[in-house]
Amino acid sequence: MLPVITVAILVTMLLCLARAVLGPTVYDRILAINLFGSATVVIIAALGFLDGRPHWLDIALVYALINFVSTIAVLKFMENGGMGAGRRDRDAQGEP
Amino acid sequence: MIHLVATGFAWACLAGGAFFLVVGAVGLLRFPDFFTRMHGAGITDTLGVGLTLVGFCFLAGCSMTTLKLLIILVFLWFTNPVATHALAKAALRDGQVPVTADEEEREGGGSSES
Repeated sequence: MLPVITVAILVTMLLCLARAVLGPTVYDRILAINLFGSATVVIIAALGFLDGRPHWLDIALVYALINFVSTIAVLKFMENGGMGAGRRDRDAQGEP
Repeated sequence: MIHLVATGFAWACLAGGAFFLVVGAVGLLRFPDFFTRMHGAGITDTLGVGLTLVGFCFLAGCSMTTLKLLIILVFLWFTNPVATHALAKAALRDGQVPVTADEEEREGGGSSES
């Protein structure tokens, strides 16, 4: 059963990669990569159980954190055109 | 006996999780526009990942591993909606227009006639 779920997760990751390559807009790609990260968290856990070493769950937890932060960071970049103060902040200060 | 029941629950949860993981990914690949694809991604993010991790919890029994799995699960439950919300807001502000049922029917009818 554990190999079956590992293969299912691998299929999920392949489909996510296909959408990330095909995706017409950049948001499709971000969505697919976010999902790819979630699948990575699960596959790290599954490989730990498959190997009899569940200590890898710490790595899975760190990967979940990195996945969330990177998604938010890329979205902020896309929305503001930079990582500094947002367009809304600049507009509020009256700059053109 | 208890062990047998827990193992049965674990396999049931893992089978459901595998099903929803693949179904959500197929939806992500095949839905027509960005906002509908988000629906498929939501299936994988919540039910697929959630059921799989709960299945691993049943498999691990009462131990530190289960605690770590639950921490990962709670963390994913909080972060995935936040990420999806930010993604939808960014896409809407960028001018992405959700496809509606009328457009879908019109496009489908047009392609079948031609």
